[in-house]
Amino acid sequence: MASLTESRILELEQIGRQLRIDSLKMIHRRKAGHPGGCLSLAEIMAVLYFSKLRIDPERPGWPERDRLILSKGHAAAILYAALARRGFFPAEDWNRWGELDCHLQGHPDRLKTPGVEMTTGLLGHGVAIGAGLALAGRLKGLNYRVFVVLGDGECQAGIVWEGAMTASKYHLANLVAILDYNDVQLDGPVHEIMPMEPIASKWLAFNWAVLEADGHNIRQIHEALEAAENIHDRPTIIVARTTKGKGVSFMENEAYWHGVAPNDAQFNQALAELGEVV
Amino acid sequence: MGVMSIREAYGRALAAYGAENPEVVVLDADTSFSTLSHFFAEAFPDRFFNVGIAEPCLVDVAVGLALGGKIPFANAFAALISLRAAEQVRTSVCYARTNVKLAAGYAGLSDFKDGPSHNAIMDLAVMRAMPEMIVIVPADAVETSKWVKVVAEYDGPVYLRLSRAAAPPVHDESLKVEIGKGLTLRPGDDVCLIATGSMVGRTMEAAERLSREGIDARVLEIHTLKPLDRELIIQAAEETGALVTAEEHSVIGGLAGAISETLAGAFPAPLERIGLRDTFGRTGLDPETLMDFYGLGVEDIIRAGRRALERKTTGNVDRVRRA
Repeated sequence: MASLTESRILELEQIGRQLRIDSLKMIHRRKAGHPGGCLSLAEIMAVLYFSKLRIDPERPGWPERDRLILSKGHAAAILYAALARRGFFPAEDWNRWGELDCHLQGHPDRLKTPGVEMTTGLLGHGVAIGAGLALAGRLKGLNYRVFVVLGDGECQAGIVWEGAMTASKYHLANLVAILDYNDVQLDGPVHEIMPMEPIASKWLAFNWAVLEADGHNIRQIHEALEAAENIHDRPTIIVARTTKGKGVSFMENEAYWHGVAPNDAQFNQALAELGEVV
Repeated sequence: MGVMSIREAYGRALAAYGAENPEVVVLDADTSFSTLSHFFAEAFPDRFFNVGIAEPCLVDVAVGLALGGKIPFANAFAALISLRAAEQVRTSVCYARTNVKLAAGYAGLSDFKDGPSHNAIMDLAVMRAMPEMIVIVPADAVETSKWVKVVAEYDGPVYLRLSRAAAPPVHDESLKVEIGKGLTLRPGDDVCLIATGSMVGRTMEAAERLSREGIDARVLEIHTLKPLDRELIIQAAEETGALVTAEEHSVIGGLAGAISETLAGAFPAPLERIGLRDTFGRTGLDPETLMDFYGLGVEDIIRAGRRALERKTTGNVDRVRRA
């Protein structure tokens, strides 16, 4: 288990910043998408796609690759940002997101976009599907790992807990969920719409290992993912505390920015705040 | 007794096929002694997964197994697979086109003891509306056992509708089934009786009795509601000019729906529909009398055959218009 060097951390922070910018550019250009929940995921996706995941863009069907299911599929833009920057498809495709003959759908589509492991969009599916995929890996004797990126509001769906029970029943230690705990959902704060606390105890009660991390701290995310590899008898969830809209002052913690594209002025301000020269 | 139930034929065939194909895995939602997936569970405990009373989870876990290259058969009651887990079926199975086999037990009125909560009389309507889905309804035990291998070896989503009950035997072991290929079980040019599932045996009996009246009824078995064997149906419409559908399902959206849609677009002809007429079922003492109660009896099929023929010969649709 290798901890990250300072320079590697800086590099991943830089990638996170780039993924934010890429996501906002895509959403602004298309005039549609979900900026808030992309921005909260930037460091998590940077660590996963650029450090942790055992993947090879040259071999998207490699049987032993790690799998990531973006259960909160509305954060499609940052997934597309990571996949293209990782080499699964050309970054130019971003400019055609949503066009009728473009493979990039509003939400991720495994049949259309290289590198997308599972079609998502309607919330709640990731844990149960991830459990099945982890079971298949065990049955086939493959040592791949399955990562599921979950939203906090998403955990209000009963199917999440059905999947959680199944994963712990079968001791699926090759399944790791990362909870993007930004406390904001479409209609408002999660703690008002349907409080999820105590969230860690909920997962513990479902016999998952629970780790906590600052979801914007590269080192903490990385350490939690490494620690999950040393848990061998149960699935792990990393409760990653995040800020919805992170990095763009007027988007932070604002439910309004769940699913609205910035106008030109807002977009320029956002890029400026992220240190991008327009 | 003597006649094996559809569910037992399925359960035994699945366990037998499991020995042949190591990629097959089986899931159930706490109904393995009802769906009879327990035969497989006993033979291959390491390839059987019981997710408890959680049908959406059943389907999504099956999806994950399929993504990992396994061939999952997900077993549960048809009412729950088609309704409670409908979103999982639509999004994760059909839209994502994963290789999941949905084995939907206790379909139609066959769970006569538990009654309307457990009946599945609209599942075909739901499943037919799903792009990418193959919808199959076997007619008897022999046919059911034949489908297991075919369904497993087809690459894509399948809904296999299974009855809890025994159905009158129609086929012998020489039967060969092919997805999308209807079967002509009896020739005839006066009227065409089209049946699926448990209604096939009853329809054969109706055709036999119609022949004693001098009415020469063709009988088609449509085991694959989707993709529908359009050529066979259009040819039957052209050659007989009068049709009847018979199914243990609502007349909305199932076999009647599929045939109506085909005829309307290709060869409009008088069509009489045997099925539940936009009503829920009820508890009964056995499946046969329950089916009779809802107008699915042999006598009902015979009367429908006569009506269709009358409409063809008089050309007067209004005269026989019914509620």
